[in-house]
Amino acid sequence: MDWFFEFPEMERSGLRDFKKAIDFAFRDFSRSYGEGIESFFEPLLMFLVWFEKLFIHTPWPIIIAGILLLAWFGSRSIPILIGTLVSFLLIGYFGMWEDTMSTLAIILVSTILCISIGIPTGIAMARSDRVQTIVVPVLDVMQTIPSFVYLIPVVMLLGIGKVPGLIAVCIYAIPPVVRLTNLGIRLVDKAVLEAADSFGANYWQKLFGVQMPLALPTIFAGINQTIMMALAMVVIASMIGVKGLGLPVLRAVSNQYLALGLMNGLAIVVLAIIFDRVTQKFGLRMQKYRKEIKD
Amino acid sequence: MNKKEILIKINQLYKIFGKDTSHALELVKNGMNKDELLEKSNCVLGLNNINLNINKGQIQVIMGLSGSGKSTLIRHLNRLIEPTSGEIFFNDTNILDLSIKELTQFRQNHMSMVFQKFALFPHKTILQNVGYGLAIQGISKDVWTEKSVKWINRVGLDGYESYFPGQLSGGMQQRVGLARALATDAEILLMDEAFSALDPLIRSEMQNILLDLQNELHKTIIFITHDLDEALKIGDRIAILRDGSMIQDSGPQNIIMNPKDDYVSDFIKDINRARVIQAKSIMSPTNTKSSGPVISDKMVLEDILQIMSDAPSKPVTVKNVEGKVIGKIAMPNLIEGMKRPKSQGTNITG
Repeated sequence: MDWFFEFPEMERSGLRDFKKAIDFAFRDFSRSYGEGIESFFEPLLMFLVWFEKLFIHTPWPIIIAGILLLAWFGSRSIPILIGTLVSFLLIGYFGMWEDTMSTLAIILVSTILCISIGIPTGIAMARSDRVQTIVVPVLDVMQTIPSFVYLIPVVMLLGIGKVPGLIAVCIYAIPPVVRLTNLGIRLVDKAVLEAADSFGANYWQKLFGVQMPLALPTIFAGINQTIMMALAMVVIASMIGVKGLGLPVLRAVSNQYLALGLMNGLAIVVLAIIFDRVTQKFGLRMQKYRKEIKD
Repeated sequence: MNKKEILIKINQLYKIFGKDTSHALELVKNGMNKDELLEKSNCVLGLNNINLNINKGQIQVIMGLSGSGKSTLIRHLNRLIEPTSGEIFFNDTNILDLSIKELTQFRQNHMSMVFQKFALFPHKTILQNVGYGLAIQGISKDVWTEKSVKWINRVGLDGYESYFPGQLSGGMQQRVGLARALATDAEILLMDEAFSALDPLIRSEMQNILLDLQNELHKTIIFITHDLDEALKIGDRIAILRDGSMIQDSGPQNIIMNPKDDYVSDFIKDINRARVIQAKSIMSPTNTKSSGPVISDKMVLEDILQIMSDAPSKPVTVKNVEGKVIGKIAMPNLIEGMKRPKSQGTNITG
């Protein structure tokens, strides 16, 4: 009756060999292909570095003006504009300007990356149930696996640096935009699609003329969530060499610097709130046609 | 409408929803009905051996209760639903043989559709909605704008071009739906319970708009409805569906005077016979003039009664459009006309 009270486990030595085999196999894999993969991501690195330099070297008044312009374009709201201005002035005043610019660069690049991969994936999922059944479990893994766990293979493969950090951020942040693109397109009223069909619209005309425009508010909610998650990942990504606001936070945690941690942490929060409000307002404005119903 | 030219010909059309439809089709062809099929093979019988000829320039009404397959049938005409077996000819082409590309062309050029729940594009303006069918054909914006404005005016929505559908009332939205369907100049108009979602007053108004347009345009219209009054008002011919089978297809007068079975009798039981039965349906054919007043063969029973009540003993003379005497009506004819006919077929069990 031993097996009833003690779970019948695999032999210790067997288990050790099993784990070893996986470790060695992956190490061999990363030794032989690591460089190739690294050079594959080279353009991404250049892109990211270029943005970072641009943000850091541009004089701060121009950056603030640019950000205010974007915020105005997105939200058309004076309170949001004032909030943005004050936040950035405070960030600069407390000496976090450069880190904030690094963070903005990585958020921008990872958001662009997530959107350019995520939206086509979502469209493919919406088009085919088979693609959906394959992609959904992958997204589940990406969202639930502790981020430290997938940092290990990424670091083994690409070492420590900006690119592995970027990849880690993207793995964490891409699921919402994929899911909500898929959902948004699938939720488009079947009757409206039938109407488009009855007038002889082809697949692309339906996709870009009807489905995408009607799904846009949902897709935008996905992009909003992706940006939020990318920001949340910045601290963890700093563990593998991503510069930015996460690094001081990490330093503060290991040295118990309360003020340093609080200030940089709050800077991340402020960035998150600004992004969130601006993109949400933009999403709302896109569905204006839904709101003006008289009756 | 003297020379009737068949534009659409539906031959032995079957539609079965479910898995293993080929086996189910065999069962249906061997005489199994809807309920038995559902029980035996878990398939739903949508359409059962539909044969129908639709004349050019006429309004063909297809009637039935919900679940009778009428919406399924109309969606076969532009292949929004694929059949299990059968043929649908438009002139000499079998619509069911068209490739995807040909089908797209066919939908763009020959058929357009009006939907029960309007199905307008909520993110497009009224102008863009009406021009949609033209825009996706690659026609230049100037051209489709001009045509769309014309149709928007024709359905009485001048000035609403830049509104969004959500800003209009139901009746107005369906006018947009109608304009959108007319804008492509397709010769066939499919109307799937187009007016059912509107309240009675507006429905009647829309029916009049449709009849006005039809007098001018002479489209071939396939009109789905569950409302007999509507069918009688606008239909040149009425086909009645039940459980996916066609029960009767004839002129409106004939449906009322000679219902084919109890199901049809049930359908027509509640209508006001005095308002729909016309002189030609109840007259005794003759070509000699009678003593009473002269009336048109399209006059309805109610009006004839008014005329005859002045001199009940004198039969009225019925003339057709050309002014030729074609019959007479005496009191017994009127009584016969008011009486509900017994069905001619045998009772349907179940």
